[in-house]
Amino acid sequence: MSWETVIGLEIHVQLSTDSKLFSGGSTSFGAEPNTHVDLIDLGLPGVLPVANRGAFHKAIRFGLATNAEINQTSTFDRKNYFYPDLPKGYQITQMALPIVGKGSISIEVDGEEKIINITRAHLEEDAGKSIHDLFDGETGVDLNRAGTPLLEIVSEPEISNAKEAVAYFKAIRQIVTFLDICDGNMAQGSMRCDVNVSVKKSDDTELGTRAEIKNINSFKFIEKAINFEIDRQIRILESGDSVVQETRLYDSVKNETRSMRSKEEANDYRYFPCPDLLPVVISDNELKEIKDNLPELPDEKERRYVEESNLDSSEAKIIASSKTMANMFEGACAKTNDSKLVANWLVGDISALLNKDNIDLQESKLTADNFALLIERISDKTISGKIAKSVLEEIWETGNNVDAIIESKGLVQIQDESLLEKIAQTIIDNNPSQVEAFKGGKDKLFGFFVGQVMKETQGKANPQSVNEILKRLLS
Amino acid sequence: MSVQYKSIKELKNMLNNRDISHTELIQETFLNIKNNSKLNAFITLNEEESLKKANNLDNIAGSGSLAGIPIAQKDLFCTKDLKTTCGSNMLSNFIPPYSATVIKNLENAGCISVGKTNMDEFAMGSSNETSFYGNVQNPWGENLVPGGSSGGSAAAVAAGIVPAASGTDTGGSIRQPASLCGISGLKPTYGRISRWGMIAFASSLDQAGPMARTAEDCALLLNEMCSHDEKDTTSIDEAIPDFTENLNSSIQGLKIGLVKEFDLSKLDNDVVQIFEESKKHYESLGAEFIEISLPNISLSVPTYYVVAPAECSSNLSRFDGVKFGKRCDNPKDLEELYIKTRSEGFGDEVKRRILIGSYVLSAGFYDAYYKKAQQVRRLIKNDFDSAFKNVDIIMSPTTRGAAFEAGSKGDDPIQMYLEDLFTIPANLAGLPAMSIPNGMVDNKPIGLQLIGNFLDESRLLQAAHNFQISTDWHLKTPSGSKS
Repeated sequence: MSWETVIGLEIHVQLSTDSKLFSGGSTSFGAEPNTHVDLIDLGLPGVLPVANRGAFHKAIRFGLATNAEINQTSTFDRKNYFYPDLPKGYQITQMALPIVGKGSISIEVDGEEKIINITRAHLEEDAGKSIHDLFDGETGVDLNRAGTPLLEIVSEPEISNAKEAVAYFKAIRQIVTFLDICDGNMAQGSMRCDVNVSVKKSDDTELGTRAEIKNINSFKFIEKAINFEIDRQIRILESGDSVVQETRLYDSVKNETRSMRSKEEANDYRYFPCPDLLPVVISDNELKEIKDNLPELPDEKERRYVEESNLDSSEAKIIASSKTMANMFEGACAKTNDSKLVANWLVGDISALLNKDNIDLQESKLTADNFALLIERISDKTISGKIAKSVLEEIWETGNNVDAIIESKGLVQIQDESLLEKIAQTIIDNNPSQVEAFKGGKDKLFGFFVGQVMKETQGKANPQSVNEILKRLLS
Repeated sequence: MSVQYKSIKELKNMLNNRDISHTELIQETFLNIKNNSKLNAFITLNEEESLKKANNLDNIAGSGSLAGIPIAQKDLFCTKDLKTTCGSNMLSNFIPPYSATVIKNLENAGCISVGKTNMDEFAMGSSNETSFYGNVQNPWGENLVPGGSSGGSAAAVAAGIVPAASGTDTGGSIRQPASLCGISGLKPTYGRISRWGMIAFASSLDQAGPMARTAEDCALLLNEMCSHDEKDTTSIDEAIPDFTENLNSSIQGLKIGLVKEFDLSKLDNDVVQIFEESKKHYESLGAEFIEISLPNISLSVPTYYVVAPAECSSNLSRFDGVKFGKRCDNPKDLEELYIKTRSEGFGDEVKRRILIGSYVLSAGFYDAYYKKAQQVRRLIKNDFDSAFKNVDIIMSPTTRGAAFEAGSKGDDPIQMYLEDLFTIPANLAGLPAMSIPNGMVDNKPIGLQLIGNFLDESRLLQAAHNFQISTDWHLKTPSGSKS
């Protein structure tokens, strides 16, 4: 018997607005607990929420980029439940009429393209954080995050396996970062997701009972949690039992999901329209302006890089797929003409360094200006490609200016032909046996002479000139 | 010179003519507060700060249209650094770090907030008997309730302690106590006055308003209380007229609607008699009466008692013992923290409404109760819209009778809920409405309700003022008629 998995994702995207969804409180990450909390975030008696229009504009950008319906009139509802980090005792969310309706996004898995439909994307406020392990026998509450705008993106249950789920999550992350509506920083919780997993027999028309795995915030854990959950459910079904509808938590240490609460224990959230907020109406002009100013998305960038910068399509794809990579490429190309060389270095040496350190380009010390300068110095033959690698490594460590590194380390390429010829002649004179062997047909020894010249010049010799001179002197 | 029972207008003249200093006025006010302490009208006094402000006004020429006028603030408005209890044990220790917009507006106009008035707990009640801080006595009789929920404010004005008080009205909480205490009170159009800093009971119904001796004083207060407030998205962004401008214009030709569905035959004879006399009086002023129909009006009370508790059940969730207000002692876990804090902090009426509200919003019941109630509310609003095509204002008694004795409604909440029969419809429709004294039953005052069209407070005040310059019901005081 074969089993079929059905997965749906609810992705919470923290929108990068300066202030919160309903207050002027700051949204910046990492502040002292409870310092970014104003009267509204605290839910003091008598305070009222005012919707942050900037958050709507960001949500609309997402909708436009995923070909979604935009609800120009959308409303807020209250979701009622008690928890210490939920100051008002309810969360303001969009239940009945979300800002973004049906849309879709394309993903690629093993070279195959698949369209995943998006049910809706709605705005809601984040809760604060409960801290259970810092105070003996007590729970601390940090409300800095309370009220931060979230866009909850709900997919249709059209994802078939863990790989697709990860590809979908990555595609959403790519779009929201390119749209500049979220920093995409998963370690800081800027993107988190709930995964709904169910399993059914291949020929069943109805979906199986689902379990919801809450609050996963890394690609790796999404994949592992789903795979664990699929196995768990299949085991249950094959033993003749049935899956219980419930909410589960993924434990990344033990690599397993655990029951958090069953359907019966679930809260009745008593949703109703929030009487403090009028419907938010987006005018045609407002919508048009957002549309006209929509940032360029990866597909368009890729096309442009091929057409305007003459990149290979594979290089263009790699660069266009990451916001920071694309920014670096465009930033460097604005300062230097050799876009092909810029692309080569980005896809080659820079990507290698990023992989080695497992960091994103924005976390490195490389700036677009300094990178452009490096390319310039290669183009104008101040340094060789080989020296450039060591300069890049130096930048990676210190962030120092390319020219400063070249100067302080005396890395300027030796172009002086007569000087190089003199050095080459000395080496030939000092190695008569190697000269004899080379002339006797041991062609490989040519490399030995090049190496010796390079060694003598500490790698600063222009390799092309060295080749020519040696060929001439040894002929 | 006594300041008791003086109107705002009279006090302004006295201050301008230097018949009395600002300090003397405030000292006298606190003397009156203390002489009337048995009324239990105040929860918290603001004596030191008030005298300081009065002293400042004596030394530096005061600005603002209400400079130096003492005002009592309902204890539902947040007042910076001054305890705000909302009549509840839950907030017995709550000192707000900010002031409500309406408090700021009044204080910017020069009003001196002398204290915070007693009220039904979280504004839920019609007799002030649900306050954690004890009953308020109606100045008209020792055992009489002042009405509610703005009972302390009404009693303070009726006893002549202050010329003005702020109130809030969710289902009649300004108009019903105004009626029972023989003063004038106005609930403006929903959204006229910012709700920022008003502790919410039912957000879609709550509206602040003035309570005073005369309609003219209400107009003076309203001029300062209204503002478009960006902190309250339901606050209306419309021009605010000078509400005193048309007070003295004739009401010749004013079309007054009488609601066919209001069955007055069930009221006391005296009440009906008084209402008929007021009609005659308005006719003598040139008004004409037109019978109108509000077909769904009989559904107002049940609709209100679904919508208001639903919103209250959610609004009061923030009182959980975690961040502010009362917290129970030694809870053994989170669940117990919630249960004990809320069991100890809330009184029975508040608990009853939270339970009703949670029920009508719960899964499986939402459509049958809350959704249906909202649909009916829309119908009621439509009824008013149609009616106002033919009339300028609508008139009815404010209450079914005069002030009743404390405890007389017993344990039957429905009897108490019916107190708001005539006042609730204006809240559901968001319309302005006011109550002015129009007669006495057994030496107890009773009020006449005027309901106006959307944003048409000016016309209500004009009609009320015209009535008051030709009658003297508003001049009667518990200690006799005022000259």
